[in-house]
Amino acid sequence: MSMSSVGRPTQPNVGASIGGHASLTGGRGLLQDEPLLFELGGWDKTGVDFDAAEHDASDLGDLVRSRPIGLSGLSEPETMRHYVRLSQKNHAIDLALYPLGSCTMKHNPRLNEKMARLSGFADLHPLQPMSTTQGALELMDRLAHWLKTLTGMPAVALTPKAGAHGELCGLLCIRAAHEAAGHGHRRRVLVPTSAHGTNPATAAFVGYSVQEIAQTADGRVDLSDLAAKLGPDVAAIMVTNPNTCGLFERDVIEIARLTHEAGAYFYCDGANFNAIVGRVRPGDLGVDAMHINLHKTFSTPHGGGGPGAGPVVLSKALAPFAPAPWIVHGSQGLELVEETKAEAAQAFGRMCAFQGQMGMFVRAYAYMRSHGSDGLRQVAEDAVLNANYVKAVLSAQMTPAFPDGPCMHEALFSDAWLDDTGVTTLDFAKAMIDEGFHPMTMYFPLVVHGAMLIEPTETESKRELDRFCGALLALAKAAKAGDVDRFKGAPYLAPMRRLDETLAARKPKLTWRPDDSTVAPTPLAAE
Amino acid sequence: MRYLPLTPDDRTQMLGTIGVPDIDALFKDVPTAARKTELFELPRRAGELEVERELGKLAAMNRPAGAGPFFCGAGAYRHHVPASVDHIIQRSEFLTSYTPYQPEIAQGTLQVLFEFQTQVAALTGLEVANASMYDGSTACAEAVIMSQRVTRREKAILSGGLHPHYAATTQTIAHAEGMKIVRQAGAIDAEAAVIAAIDAQTACVVVQTPNVFGVVTDVTKIAEAAHVAGALLIVVTTEAVSFGLLKSPGEMGADIAVAEGQSIGNALNYGGPYIGLLAAREKLVRQMPGRLCGETVDADGRRGYVLTLSTREQHIRREKATSNICTNSGLCALAFTVHLSLLGEVGLRQLAALNHSRARELKDALDGIVEVLTPRFFNEIAVRVPDAANVVEALLADGIIAGVPYSRLDPHAGLDDVLLLAATETTTSDDIAALVAALKGRLGR
Repeated sequence: MSMSSVGRPTQPNVGASIGGHASLTGGRGLLQDEPLLFELGGWDKTGVDFDAAEHDASDLGDLVRSRPIGLSGLSEPETMRHYVRLSQKNHAIDLALYPLGSCTMKHNPRLNEKMARLSGFADLHPLQPMSTTQGALELMDRLAHWLKTLTGMPAVALTPKAGAHGELCGLLCIRAAHEAAGHGHRRRVLVPTSAHGTNPATAAFVGYSVQEIAQTADGRVDLSDLAAKLGPDVAAIMVTNPNTCGLFERDVIEIARLTHEAGAYFYCDGANFNAIVGRVRPGDLGVDAMHINLHKTFSTPHGGGGPGAGPVVLSKALAPFAPAPWIVHGSQGLELVEETKAEAAQAFGRMCAFQGQMGMFVRAYAYMRSHGSDGLRQVAEDAVLNANYVKAVLSAQMTPAFPDGPCMHEALFSDAWLDDTGVTTLDFAKAMIDEGFHPMTMYFPLVVHGAMLIEPTETESKRELDRFCGALLALAKAAKAGDVDRFKGAPYLAPMRRLDETLAARKPKLTWRPDDSTVAPTPLAAE
Repeated sequence: MRYLPLTPDDRTQMLGTIGVPDIDALFKDVPTAARKTELFELPRRAGELEVERELGKLAAMNRPAGAGPFFCGAGAYRHHVPASVDHIIQRSEFLTSYTPYQPEIAQGTLQVLFEFQTQVAALTGLEVANASMYDGSTACAEAVIMSQRVTRREKAILSGGLHPHYAATTQTIAHAEGMKIVRQAGAIDAEAAVIAAIDAQTACVVVQTPNVFGVVTDVTKIAEAAHVAGALLIVVTTEAVSFGLLKSPGEMGADIAVAEGQSIGNALNYGGPYIGLLAAREKLVRQMPGRLCGETVDADGRRGYVLTLSTREQHIRREKATSNICTNSGLCALAFTVHLSLLGEVGLRQLAALNHSRARELKDALDGIVEVLTPRFFNEIAVRVPDAANVVEALLADGIIAGVPYSRLDPHAGLDDVLLLAATETTTSDDIAALVAALKGRLGR
């Protein structure tokens, strides 16, 4: 294999191992080695047939591109094979439990996919006359009603396109409210040490300074530290509840009281809403703003990293500052208020073009309607039951970070039980891959050493939980018995061995270029 | 309930293993005052059939774009997407996987992202692209903020040809970040006016081509003026198919290109989810927002892909991150990449030529009935009609969705007589004839 100057091979993958021997073609049984599109296809190949254009582009003169684009095309059968082969290199919820803590990898119902593809939703233009989209506006209005009822909050901004975008929306509402009250000097935001990275990043993004709140030994916000840090320059606190340790903030009502007493707002990160949906309303806890990840609690697919959706529910104090557009019940039916008019002059602006993630709204609404208020309550109960079951079973070999009392929807372990084994959290996680499971969230939250955060979700059966726990217990015993090689080199059986991330970052190679590799590999025949 | 596998027996057994008497014991940390014992006032569970009925009724209340002559564009475009694209994005392994943080079992997603980045760089004529943003408008805002990091200046000049939603989004988000946004007034041929506004405090100039009125502009001179002043040129494109025909932003001197990628592989979806494209010169890569996928090798020396340069990102840098963004638009990026693989170089060029041809047919048909305001266009034109919003409403009665009144995007610009119309490969000669006949009737011409 020839290597590039930075040590990268300039040919597609070779080297799957058969009893110490590589396969002759680089394939691994039915798992095919798959080159890049640009190595497979050609500039003159296409998988689409068009009529010829009747008019040329002579009217555009030298505005027309003079150089080739540099794209590569494939016929339809080749396209199907290329992407189906690639798909087989991915883990997915549909294959096995996907225990990523704080990510809520639950089953994605296919009914939702079918509904989102109805032409009455999918083939609607965002700017066609509102009289022709009354059903879409009605769906958004019903979704808003469910979100408000489930959270006990009076208003919701639907447009944010993801959780972090929702956080930004919430903080901009808070900033606008402070400025409207003449409190623009409030520029400090308090965030617990266990917070997700988006919380401090978002606060800094809107120009706030970030200060950490200490955590108690039992994994909650330290009330005395909070009280000491609150002051006349604090704009908001950002607290996740249930928190990133998988624990309910017992003192949440007191947290809200202290915050409001200091003249600040309570932003709640709703990433973990799945644990309490149908049982607890954040509005009853004193929350002023909270984003809801529709791709977590309400089952819209994660899609390999998006698209998400992050509507933000708002208290009465913050509602007037919500961004455009929003829905009103007008004389001609439902209407979108798209531009800031006089009666709504307090809106802080706009989060994105158009009206948000409609495709996700349809999916989330289909999911809510399927479960109903009774099913959603059962969702929270089963999510919490599954997590506590995993915690109880795994505690036989692993060290729970907070052994006393129940957890909520996710179970957190430290790496104390790996002491003196020579195996790290990362090694253990990679060995899970060889057993057929996706690793748990690792090294997060930062407050627990070598953290392993396991969120099974409510859509796992007891049989799958037992299979998962059985695999982890067996691995834990192997680690303690000194079988270090099993971990250090893991994964051995995945489509790839461990990847060199340092190399990737040192001299980034982010695109394929024609001189990188020669042609599509023709194994055997090339020799 | 069909999505919940636990049986009552399972639950009892599991509570026993945990060592608690009932489920309430697991919720004991919730303050008593906040524990809801009764069900919320919302409907109870529903079977698939019932849900399909309710959503089917809501969908039927809408008039899909494909139901008749249809001419809306202005940032979202109706194109034909091959059937195989939707099949691939519904593969479980793509649909139900997470962000590829464990690269050994996510090479499918990662290789797609690497292909996507390569395609976006090629389309825009720039060297590097990220793994996608939420949509074009948020990509525009992020590019503006990126220019502040690069130049350490605070002023951004937005051309009056920029889509008003993009301008408003950028104003909101970049202003939140502490930048000073100069938004020029909407005008058909607004691009030249940005040059006079560039000064030594300018971090970037944002110009859209084809602009919101459909005007195609060679921005080479704007690039030169920006670079002389030490500012960056950001070129915005809302119709990605235009890359198949027009000079690329990179070729004209753009430092950053952002685009809405919806046109390739993605449905209209009433505004989302869409997919933001962001590409830049290689020297700017460490200031880019969002996820990046890079090539590397595994322990056996085989080529593979990982998310890289994550020291820019929030989960590592927290309050010092380049952006608070945590996600991309993964599945939409997959749809984009699969559709573009099917098109290839010749297919995209044909598609773009066909779009332009249809728009020329539309323009020729409207000439003489209304004043066509767009001198050089790709697949979208602006025309002058008295009270455009009213005309659109009137033509609805003829079964035609005649386009987007500019006043809907920007009611304060005093351009109530401007109507934006797009034609794509889905527009037929019959559609155009129906529009012309109806317009003649309504305008009495």
